[in-house]
Amino acid sequence: MMVLIVIMLSVVGLAGTAVVLTGEPQRQALMLSAFGVASGLLFMVLQAPDVALSEIGVGTAIVPLMVMLAVRKTERRN
Amino acid sequence: MSFYPYLVAVWLLVVGAFGIVRSRNLIHAILCLSVSQSGTYVLLLAVGYQWHAKPPVFGEPATHPTAKVVDPVVQAMTLTDIVVSATVTALLLALATQIHKRHGTLDPDELRQLKG
Amino acid sequence: MRTVVFLAGAAGVVVLAVVAALHIPGFGSTFHPYRTAAVEASVKHVAANVVSSVNFDQRGLDTLGEESILLASILGAAILLRPAKDETEKRPLSAGRVLESTRMLGYLMMPITLVIGLDVIAHGHVTPGGGFQGGVVVGTGIHLLYVAGSYPALEKARPLRAVEWGEAIGAGAFASLGVAALVASGAFLSNVIGTGSFGQLLSAGTVPLLNGAVGIEVASGTAVLLGAFLKQAIMVKGPDDSR
Repeated sequence: MMVLIVIMLSVVGLAGTAVVLTGEPQRQALMLSAFGVASGLLFMVLQAPDVALSEIGVGTAIVPLMVMLAVRKTERRN
Repeated sequence: MSFYPYLVAVWLLVVGAFGIVRSRNLIHAILCLSVSQSGTYVLLLAVGYQWHAKPPVFGEPATHPTAKVVDPVVQAMTLTDIVVSATVTALLLALATQIHKRHGTLDPDELRQLKG
Repeated sequence: MRTVVFLAGAAGVVVLAVVAALHIPGFGSTFHPYRTAAVEASVKHVAANVVSSVNFDQRGLDTLGEESILLASILGAAILLRPAKDETEKRPLSAGRVLESTRMLGYLMMPITLVIGLDVIAHGHVTPGGGFQGGVVVGTGIHLLYVAGSYPALEKARPLRAVEWGEAIGAGAFASLGVAALVASGAFLSNVIGTGSFGQLLSAGTVPLLNGAVGIEVASGTAVLLGAFLKQAIMVKGPDDSR
């Protein structure tokens, strides 16, 4: 259990760093989706199923969709 | 090991702030803010954890309620926070599209010079 | 220059965090007084999901506040995304090219997702879940119609007027349940209906009703938000757009 928690925490830390270091917002939206899945798994391992449900539903589907739509709307006028 | 989760939480917070400071695109800054917020969720859940304890749900299958469960108060705080911060991110994205419509650029450094 | 100032600030934050981490109980300790009190109170009110009980029964006023933040920011985003005076709405000509398998999966998974979302809302006081999570699932599930390739079908399935009303009705229902509890027993948002037996669908008093109200509000709010973004990205054309 301890090993699993340490591994998931490291994965989440690395995924967060990757989201910040990605330059373009389109790629960042996909990285954010992966970060959402990793966070959801971390919350499951920390025995919090309610929070994991919330995070997977929101961070994997809704926020990346809105970012992609905002990017599409703003790059049209360039 | 007792401090590793807190370190990861503070790392996420600091890395998100670093992304906002060095950002060249408003939408990139908004997503870095989202990463910082995730750092606070990790901190809250790490505060409430107990070794070898169960999740605080006794319903399915119906088990006998015991006190050896993970802290439910921080979980309640975190789960409403996740949904609400997604809508605040949506508000910020709407603001960013309006800024792009008015000024034609999403670069924070260029926007600072557009006065009057 | 900016980076130097930031690094100084970040160093300060890290120092404070390390000092704080050395003084709180370590990760995984057994000292959780709030946990013991919350589990006891939840068992007394016959709610099997302690997290839902904390959200809607023991700290219901906080949930009312969070729900108001949700309502206000969705309102703000919808207002900001309205078409301006110099923009026109153009109907998209065709449904776009979508793979056959994507279309089939979209049409197949949409009713399944909606039913799963409604189940998560309804059983929120017994299993993990509740109004917030189930509302997100329902609100996103209806957009599988758009993924399956047909924006006009999505517009027919969720008329924007109806979901705007739905969001307002959900928020109003939460507040009126609180006022009804105030009238019935003298404390806002208290648990006044009779509680059933532990672990059954009809238990925990007002918690399933509040779950339903929040579920309606979050699902409609998500649909309003995504609908506003989709409309801006697909249909609205500005004065200097080429296509």
